[in-house]
Amino acid sequence: MSGITAYGAYIPRTRLQKSAIADANDWFDASLRGLAKGERSVCNWDEDTLTMAVEAGQDCLSVLDAGSVNTLYLASTTLPFLDRQNSVVVSQALNLGDDLRTMDVAASQRAGTSALIAMLESGSTPGNALLVASEHRRSKCGSRAEMLWGDGAAAVSVGNEGVIADYLGSETYVTDFVDHYRGEDSTIDYEWEERWIREEGYMKSVPLVVSRLLDKAGVKPSDIAHFVLACDQARTPGAVARKIGISADAVIDNHIEDLGVTGVAHPILLLTEALEKAKTGDLILLTGFGQGADAVLLRATDALAGKRPETGFTGALARRREDANYNKFLNFNNLVDREVGKRGELDKQSYLAAMYRRKDLLTGFIGGKCRSCGTVQIPKEKYCVNPECGALDSQDDHPMSAVKGRVMTWTADRLTFDWNPPAYFGLVEFEGGGRLMMDFTEVESGTMDTGVEVSVHFRIRQFDNQRGFRKYFWKATPAQQ
Amino acid sequence: MASGIKDKAVILGMGCSKFGERWDASPADLMSEAFEESLADAGIDKNQIEMAWFGAGIDAFNVGASAMPLSIALRLPNIPVTKVENMCATGTEAFRGAVYAVASGACDIALALGVEKLKDVGYGGLPQRTRGVENDMYWPNLSAPGAFAQLASGYRAKHGVDQGDLKRAMAHVSVKSHANGAKNPKAHLQREITEEQAMNAPYIAEPIGLFDCCGVSDGAACAIVCTPEIARALGKADLVSVKALQLAASNGEEAGFSKWDGSYLKTTRIAAQRAYDEAGITKPRDEVSMTEVHDCFSITELVTMEDLQLSDEGQAVWDVLNGDFDADGRIPCQIDGGLKCFGHPIGASGLRMIYENYLQFHGRAGDRQLKDPRLALNHNLGGFPHQNICSISIIGRYE
Repeated sequence: MSGITAYGAYIPRTRLQKSAIADANDWFDASLRGLAKGERSVCNWDEDTLTMAVEAGQDCLSVLDAGSVNTLYLASTTLPFLDRQNSVVVSQALNLGDDLRTMDVAASQRAGTSALIAMLESGSTPGNALLVASEHRRSKCGSRAEMLWGDGAAAVSVGNEGVIADYLGSETYVTDFVDHYRGEDSTIDYEWEERWIREEGYMKSVPLVVSRLLDKAGVKPSDIAHFVLACDQARTPGAVARKIGISADAVIDNHIEDLGVTGVAHPILLLTEALEKAKTGDLILLTGFGQGADAVLLRATDALAGKRPETGFTGALARRREDANYNKFLNFNNLVDREVGKRGELDKQSYLAAMYRRKDLLTGFIGGKCRSCGTVQIPKEKYCVNPECGALDSQDDHPMSAVKGRVMTWTADRLTFDWNPPAYFGLVEFEGGGRLMMDFTEVESGTMDTGVEVSVHFRIRQFDNQRGFRKYFWKATPAQQ
Repeated sequence: MASGIKDKAVILGMGCSKFGERWDASPADLMSEAFEESLADAGIDKNQIEMAWFGAGIDAFNVGASAMPLSIALRLPNIPVTKVENMCATGTEAFRGAVYAVASGACDIALALGVEKLKDVGYGGLPQRTRGVENDMYWPNLSAPGAFAQLASGYRAKHGVDQGDLKRAMAHVSVKSHANGAKNPKAHLQREITEEQAMNAPYIAEPIGLFDCCGVSDGAACAIVCTPEIARALGKADLVSVKALQLAASNGEEAGFSKWDGSYLKTTRIAAQRAYDEAGITKPRDEVSMTEVHDCFSITELVTMEDLQLSDEGQAVWDVLNGDFDADGRIPCQIDGGLKCFGHPIGASGLRMIYENYLQFHGRAGDRQLKDPRLALNHNLGGFPHQNICSISIIGRYE
């Protein structure tokens, strides 16, 4: 039987305190104060939908053989490229090879659940299909959305072997219900009235699709152990559950007060939490809402407990750094016109031919290992870097994105341009050899020193705003963070 | 076996512009200022110069590419001019070209001129610029202080030096250079500073503070060279000759191979040994009278004292604090004020150092004149600690 075979999660470390949003905006809209409880996740300046997708994918691959992945679907409504397949970037950063199916799934808040249904229904091919749902939604300054939403990503894989949650069936209800939309020239959603969305949307679509599914599967609503309904209306999932007859205990909390609703990623992210909570035999009902509704029924197997990913939902939620700097959040989301200084004006043209030539290094963090002397080096070059060797064309590809390193030399540079100064960087020595002068990210002031252990992470290196491009590379992050 | 360059070329004349924020001066003005001084000093006519080497480091904010900016600025009579660029070693590279030309007999008299116009960029510090299409895709946006600050972290880790002691020694390096620069009318920054000022200045790149950084300025310097025989034929006595010219370029080993520990400059060690060998120096601490080293940042000068074998490994902190390299110390360093007070117009710096040697040997260094200097060592370091170009020149009395 096919089903879910692994999962992973990623939540940006930065958690903006909602009181900071209210402090800055309640002069205009006093109602925001009532929503200002807790915190929400926000992307660092160098994070976006793709970098979070890579992180969630890596977490999933901590318990899944990357070589078994034959399909990668990326679901999001905030893909950085409208025409450049985003899932291919993610697949290459995950080093999934060049013979897999890739696809971007977008344009609805149920993109993730719809992609999952497509994968589960695609029949029994050997190997695993990987779904990554990731979202970095923008919202207007001082909006309800700014208060309630968050950034995040989640991954689940589907296959026939090592199944941790059996697939029992799915159902989709389709209707052109426009609770919000984003046109092709806009970067921010336009929303309709909350009460109408609740009464005519969630309260009607979700019970309808769930009842169709449960009737078909012969399952009673009261048998559902975990019910996922992603929604930025705090009380709506409980009301929907009550209407269907699902126990209140089964409702997975939307984490509005400690994470925020992460758009397309949210149903999948909450599914990863449900999987962490589920015991063998538990029934999990996953729903997705948007122009109708999706419903997927799963049952936890006895293999679930042994497949906890390295970080998972609980780990990702706990790995946090409080931030009360609302102004920084506005800057990172391009909501203010910041003076960047003349050093920030340097042309960031992206030379696509050179980028393609170097894609293994830039996207895959692949170095070289010398066949003659065994020396590991990054980047991979013509001649071996070992002065005792120097062999020509002797290096095999050597993926290093999972290799830990230690800081040799470092500084915090306040002169150079950086979106989040000071710019931390330094020389990193990798376990097993190889070293690279590289950018650091997520460094807490006062914690950096020679000898600090680091891991590397796929991040935005540079924005070319003049031409609408962004470049990615890997950065080192202190391991304890 | 090559015999090296020792005593095969002498300096016929030198010139150096006033360094500083020369808002009024174009690159051509700066070149002319240095050149006219050197012509008058050499006592020759412009048309006697047969070949020229032209050093400029940063084209985009400077003079433009090729030999033409020099040839046009000085209205040279269509002689061969070669443009050289080797980062901060550029000035010495221009000098090396001219010296090799006269030593080989390819011409009788050659000119080496270095210039940089940095203050047209519109902000402080060196211009932010591309490092090449591929490098820009993954190198950090490291500023010069950001690159060299890492030397401090590597040095501290290697030698277990307390952060406070290292910072105090770095401060001493700058205090000493400012004291020297205050006596030099051509320096950009002609004022003394206190250790307290240096210690408490804001960080530019940890642990480098404002006063650990050299200035950024406009300037030009040049040398006219020939063989000793020609200099004598032109009526010159008390000649100053070239004893060694060496260059070492990184090959990626420090940056890519698990050996270098980040606490020293590998290329400086290699170039220094080669230069000592070429000059016939066996005991540098006894034989070298003065040094002009690449004090782009105080930490660079401190570490360089060890790399030049003038301090034992791990001891430079204490030697610096002991005043060993002060104006009245055992081997004065930056007696003219160094990059610290002159600033660092990239293409000019190497020649500016030689200019100070030349003044000292001729007893023309005014208030900062050293007593009977015999051999002077000049050191430039272009790039970053983990990959760079080091040039070393040794100049001395022709005896």
